[in-house]
Amino acid sequence: MRSPESPVLSISGLVKDVGPLPTLDGKMLRVVSGLSLVAERGQVTALLGANGAGKTTTIECAQGLQKRTAGSISLLGQDPDTAGAGLRARVGVMLQDGGLPPSARPIPLLKHIAGMYQDPWPIEELIGRLGIDSFSRTSVRRLSGGQKQRLALAAALAGNPEVLFLDEPSAGLDPQSRQLVFELISELRDRGMGIILTTHLMDDAQRLADYVYIIDAGRNVAEGTVTQLLQHRLPSAGEQHIRTLLFEAEPGLDFTGVLPDDVDVTEARAGSYAATGALTPADLAAITAWWAAHGIMPSSLSLEARSLEDVFLDISGREIR
Amino acid sequence: MTRVSGARPLRAAPHGRAPLGSPPPGGPLGSAPAPLLRRIVRQGKYETVTMLRNGEQLILAVVLPLLAMVGLTVTPLLDGLGSSRINVAVPGILALCAMSTAFTGQGISTGFDRRYGVLRFLSTTPLGRTGLIAGKVLAVLVVLFLQVVVVTAVALLLGWQPEPAGWLPGMALLALGAASFTALGLLVAGTVRPEATLAITNLLWILLGALGGIVIPAERLPALAQAVVHFLPSGALGQALRDAFLHGSVNAAAVLVLLFWTAVAGGAATRWFKWN
Repeated sequence: MRSPESPVLSISGLVKDVGPLPTLDGKMLRVVSGLSLVAERGQVTALLGANGAGKTTTIECAQGLQKRTAGSISLLGQDPDTAGAGLRARVGVMLQDGGLPPSARPIPLLKHIAGMYQDPWPIEELIGRLGIDSFSRTSVRRLSGGQKQRLALAAALAGNPEVLFLDEPSAGLDPQSRQLVFELISELRDRGMGIILTTHLMDDAQRLADYVYIIDAGRNVAEGTVTQLLQHRLPSAGEQHIRTLLFEAEPGLDFTGVLPDDVDVTEARAGSYAATGALTPADLAAITAWWAAHGIMPSSLSLEARSLEDVFLDISGREIR
Repeated sequence: MTRVSGARPLRAAPHGRAPLGSPPPGGPLGSAPAPLLRRIVRQGKYETVTMLRNGEQLILAVVLPLLAMVGLTVTPLLDGLGSSRINVAVPGILALCAMSTAFTGQGISTGFDRRYGVLRFLSTTPLGRTGLIAGKVLAVLVVLFLQVVVVTAVALLLGWQPEPAGWLPGMALLALGAASFTALGLLVAGTVRPEATLAITNLLWILLGALGGIVIPAERLPALAQAVVHFLPSGALGQALRDAFLHGSVNAAAVLVLLFWTAVAGGAATRWFKWN
């Protein structure tokens, strides 16, 4: 089932080669190989992947900043490589490195960018929403990471865009800025903006995304809502969802025979235990009964569902690239 | 590819969260671009203000040319080449101003803008790549105009008597010179690291300023330099401006040399300029 409205962005079979690179004996490097995705209006679509997976290259091809080698891209129904100012006015871009001149001061800079649009987002409103007034007299080069990100987001929103690209939006954000930025992103989504973001942080995707594409080595390896991805079962994982029971108790306990063999019990630090597997209510009853029988009262106890990170690692492999 | 369950969620129409501010929230999304000319003028204005606020650029654009002008009028270097030292010196100083702003100043700022992603960001706004370049050219022309006003005012105080018929060709040649130096500056800024751009454009400014036939005419240069300076943009612009302001004439050969450099450097910059 698809949204009745046409998607804001649709990428099909994207291929991007870069180079020739001296480190590869002058050969081309394939950074994106056959990636496809769709982003809808009024949704946050996340491209989740490790650094170097091809996320930034993919969205830069969609923004018209990089020329694709093959494949097709439709952004608001147009090809970004040939589209003009009319399309660019409907699309907001926040680059990973900010792209703001270091000597500029925030407010004149935002006014300047807003001047490129017929009907911009009122500057005062943006300044207030993103707390820019607190550092309005500081030049870009002296701003903290979080302040720079907020300014870059304001610059991306200056044209009140229909589509917003955010490349690693939470990079360098302190917790307060992160909260502010995440609330604004949710609100923009609710207004119908189509938001496409890249992130290597599972938490970002889990908190913000309506739909997630997991990108690995230049292709999409899995997609779905966060819930769907969390329910994703690997063939070896059996029928139950993987959960982890974490508890702290006296060190050196021997749980042999208490839990089924396929539940993996480890003592990561002395007295800090983790039991991971397809835990059932009976397993929980068994372990608490065992504690009762041995007079053990854990000092802490928690049960965690599979995180998006686990799904990601299961799918894209656990080796360091 | 692992596809996780089929259905793609449909988000309900914007739900009733209280709007947190006036306009945008609630209003329609999307904007039309401002008209092309307005975008270019705004970018030109922004870049002009940035250039004028930069102390190092002001030294390069105004202070050093004025010092060179005074230097040339108090030394006998230019004696015998025209009606007075100042009359020979000023056209070369105007040419030097074009090189300062269009080549060195503009090259360095573009190089660092490229490093910091400013060019990439601005090219995603309605301004676009062509608007960005047009804005830079406009800023160069505005700053050059201000330099001409300042240099002319000081030169007149020092007794400069330009040939009145030289103004029209002189200004046109200065604009053409600015075009070739802008193209050369963009070529350097777009192909090497900004630190290298800084070094190359400053070094060339000194070398061409001293030996490139720009302020010191070819006749007063070493024999080796004499042979080449007529083919350099510096030598061509310097000589063309001297011919205009000393004799009111247009040096067609110099115009061809400047057109050649503009076309070659402009073509090379278009071909090899790396935006990131």
